[in-house]
Amino acid sequence: MDNLTFKLDKKLITIFLVMIAVGLLSLVIGYFTGAGGNRIAANLLLNNYYFLSMGLIGLFFVAVHTIAESGWQTSMQRVGEAMSAFIPVGGLLLVLFFILGGLHAIYPWTHEDHLDEILLKKVAYLNVPFFYIRLVVFLGAWSLLAHFLRKASLALDVNGDMQYLKKMRTLSAVFVVVFAVTSVVSSWDWLMSLDPHWFSTLYGWYVFSSMLASGFAMIILVVSLLKNMGYMTHVNDEHMHDLGKYLFGFSIFWAYLWFSQYMLIWYANMPEETVYFIERHKYFTEVFYVNLFLNFVVPFLLLMTRRAKRVSGVLVPVAIIVFIGHWVDLYMMIMPGAVGGEHAGIGIVEVGLTIGYLGLFGLVTFWSLAKAPLASKKHPYYKESMEYHTNY
Amino acid sequence: MNKYITAFYNDEEDLLKGLKQIKAKGVNVADVLSPFPVHGLDTVLGLKRSKLTRVAFTGGAIGALLGFGFQAWVFTKAYPLNFGGKPFLSVPSFMPVTFELAVLFAAFSMVFAFLIHNKLGPGAKTVIHDERITDDRFLLVINLDEDDDPHSIEDVLAEAGAHGITLKKQN
Repeated sequence: MDNLTFKLDKKLITIFLVMIAVGLLSLVIGYFTGAGGNRIAANLLLNNYYFLSMGLIGLFFVAVHTIAESGWQTSMQRVGEAMSAFIPVGGLLLVLFFILGGLHAIYPWTHEDHLDEILLKKVAYLNVPFFYIRLVVFLGAWSLLAHFLRKASLALDVNGDMQYLKKMRTLSAVFVVVFAVTSVVSSWDWLMSLDPHWFSTLYGWYVFSSMLASGFAMIILVVSLLKNMGYMTHVNDEHMHDLGKYLFGFSIFWAYLWFSQYMLIWYANMPEETVYFIERHKYFTEVFYVNLFLNFVVPFLLLMTRRAKRVSGVLVPVAIIVFIGHWVDLYMMIMPGAVGGEHAGIGIVEVGLTIGYLGLFGLVTFWSLAKAPLASKKHPYYKESMEYHTNY
Repeated sequence: MNKYITAFYNDEEDLLKGLKQIKAKGVNVADVLSPFPVHGLDTVLGLKRSKLTRVAFTGGAIGALLGFGFQAWVFTKAYPLNFGGKPFLSVPSFMPVTFELAVLFAAFSMVFAFLIHNKLGPGAKTVIHDERITDDRFLLVINLDEDDDPHSIEDVLAEAGAHGITLKKQN
């Protein structure tokens, strides 16, 4: 059997559909057991944002390596492209979520009759029409760039025409520049404006680092799952080693930004800034420390050695932990502002909706993987990717 | 007085092929001097992985503990100062110095471990076997014991396609 032609078998589809059903069911259960509209809305936002960012990092992964002309990632380029197929799906769900009441439910600045002095000063930016314009521009740009990059990549695979690689390079460069701005601004819009009085200059990059770490964890998980099913045997320890280095490095980068944000606020001790951490530490003490443990301590200590990054028995569990960890990190960003310390918790709604979104993300990703060969054999860097060798 | 044989190859492919032949004949190659890293050379030579990473970890851990311990001692015992009403033992403010010292100690321990282990540093005696090993030649070094027969080893090397086989002595 050719292990580069991925077939989405019925078993896998059933698993994903069951996961989606669990998500929908938990939504219904949450609604009738009185989890509260805010809590359901906050969870929808959390998971929508989380899996949308996975798709974005899939695209980012392909784009950055295409510009840098790196060879090794050619072997798993299709995984990044497949993940980016979730961008339009997640984007559409996000738009629906905002339109169907999500925006009004959890964003305090949308209550136009009750704006206080501080929020009135921010009206020029934080107003509903402008919010929707930004939303559509961001999601539209990402979806279009993802679509055209994928199209150019598939065209390259037909007969290795170099013009398509050049086209990919141009699109990648445009995406990286667009993403540098939009990833930051979208994090202000969708996450930071949940606490509209508070602000942090570092916030956008902090969210971006979280996206990177969780995105690479997801790439590792998808590649490992495919390898486990007997596909993509051309991806060997050398390639996994590099993905492990990404996970290791960006986990440290995340910790660096987390700490930079925390320490400056803690040290300056200005009331309008400290309120953010006071609420989180007071009502979410355990989550506050678990977040740091899962996202920094675990990957830092476990992925330090060369062996750990090459053995899937270590790499995959760490990737799962980091995946959960950054869900917790988003939980820390969203819940205190959207739900409030007294009403938030982790229950059926939280777990169920995450499973549901994971199922949807898996379905879209693997469905997209099944549409093209798992490796682009006509890609000029394909051979280089196969002979890739890394020492440290 | 140590005796050793040097020989060189002009091409990395020949080098790897030749080394496998030489190894198969039971001759132990001590080292290969090359102008650039050759992929797969470590495996053919059977070199163990460098222990420098462990040195770095140990150095870094010592640095972090020293940095943290020193600050904790200064700000609680030796010279307690009140900064903006914060507790004397305020961990977040110790972190930057702890981190910097961890990096500093890890770096220094690696540099010194490398220099000491390789007998390098100021005043070290340099032995240049061949001017062109920084350019385009790959030089093999084979150490000889008392009971080794230099001629048989030279034959093995010549058979494996090595050039410029010379017997040398070192005081």
